[in-house]
Amino acid sequence: MSKNIKDNQGDVWEVFVQSKPGLPHKHAGSLHATDKEMALQNARDLYTRRNEGTCIWVVPLNAITSSMPEDSESFFDPSDDKAYRHPTHYIMPEGAKHI
Amino acid sequence: MEDAKKLEEFQAKIDAEIKIEPKDWMPEDYRKHLQRQISQHAHSEVIGMQPEGNWISRAPSLRAKVVLLAKIQDEAGHGQYLYSAAETLGKSRDEYIEELQSEKAKYSSIFNYPTLTWADMGAVGWLVDGAAIVNQVSLQRTSYGPYARAMVRICKEESFHQRQGYEIIAHMAQGTPEQKAMAQDALNRFWWPSIMMFGPHDSDSPNTGNATLWKIKRETNDELRQKFIDKTVGQAEIIGLTIPDPDLKWNEARGHYDFGKMDWDEFWNVVKGNGPCNKQRLEHHKKAHKEGKWVREAALTYAQKQKEKQMVA
Repeated sequence: MSKNIKDNQGDVWEVFVQSKPGLPHKHAGSLHATDKEMALQNARDLYTRRNEGTCIWVVPLNAITSSMPEDSESFFDPSDDKAYRHPTHYIMPEGAKHI
Repeated sequence: MEDAKKLEEFQAKIDAEIKIEPKDWMPEDYRKHLQRQISQHAHSEVIGMQPEGNWISRAPSLRAKVVLLAKIQDEAGHGQYLYSAAETLGKSRDEYIEELQSEKAKYSSIFNYPTLTWADMGAVGWLVDGAAIVNQVSLQRTSYGPYARAMVRICKEESFHQRQGYEIIAHMAQGTPEQKAMAQDALNRFWWPSIMMFGPHDSDSPNTGNATLWKIKRETNDELRQKFIDKTVGQAEIIGLTIPDPDLKWNEARGHYDFGKMDWDEFWNVVKGNGPCNKQRLEHHKKAHKEGKWVREAALTYAQKQKEKQMVA
């Protein structure tokens, strides 16, 4: 049905905001825009009205590839049986410190 | 058979407080309920800009004007967050807007009341945003991830709205007798519609269905309404205004305020489109949307041309 409506508001973009230098960019939400400049400006107006950010990334939704929930089990399965990747797997000699 | 198993897994996730995300399987009724509820919420934010927009050009000071502008801009932002959340359910923004304009979708009835005086800007922020906050704080724990995240963001911003409204009405209540009377009049007109914002009594709420089982709704209409009333009575007392309900009194045994009967005939009448401003609100929305059409077209054409240029280069 949406394809029948001629009047549209541009594509969906996903917005990632870095709140402080040194921190990772975090997904803040999405918005509509027709080009990347508009996407950036809209992201600023929509997600950083109160100084929430030092940097913004905008990414067209259709450029994102996501794993699918129905595949989660098999997709993440390879790390299930590898407890040796965690420090708690190793037995330390009694009395050993700072390790 | 397949669906029965999926439904069981879905319910197990809900029961374990695991959020549902857009790509997860969900029952069709869950999807429909959320599409309706989130879009109605988005429409309310956007239509809610109109009664306040009415006072921008007549704000009594520059400070009041910049505050009001910032608040209305926030409401536009809240509408955007919510439309985005609603779009993750597989319907486009254009479809949602079409539903609003063709009256298939509703928005909160409170915005069909006029804002007659500057004191109404106080009452709207204090009571209407106050009631919305009680509802939205509860919805931060709703089971659908994108909706819950939008609520967290909105709640952070709303508390400024309520405080600015209360500041306006407190200021007027402490002013000249005429100003105090104006503040009282705003409270008189907005009190009942505000407490009816939580919707019908739980016993006759048409849209509840599985909303509680699926944890879309975390508290009932009546529980939320009671919370709001309990919070607000003291705020009215402290600024010397009287809540227009002769039956309002503290009930020691319940630990809550008792309150009078709400006029549900009026409520349903306004929902059905016969409130003082229903027609005006919708017509204004259509007009603004229509007048913005050339901007959307120009933006699309510009984007297309930029793309073509890049291909040539």
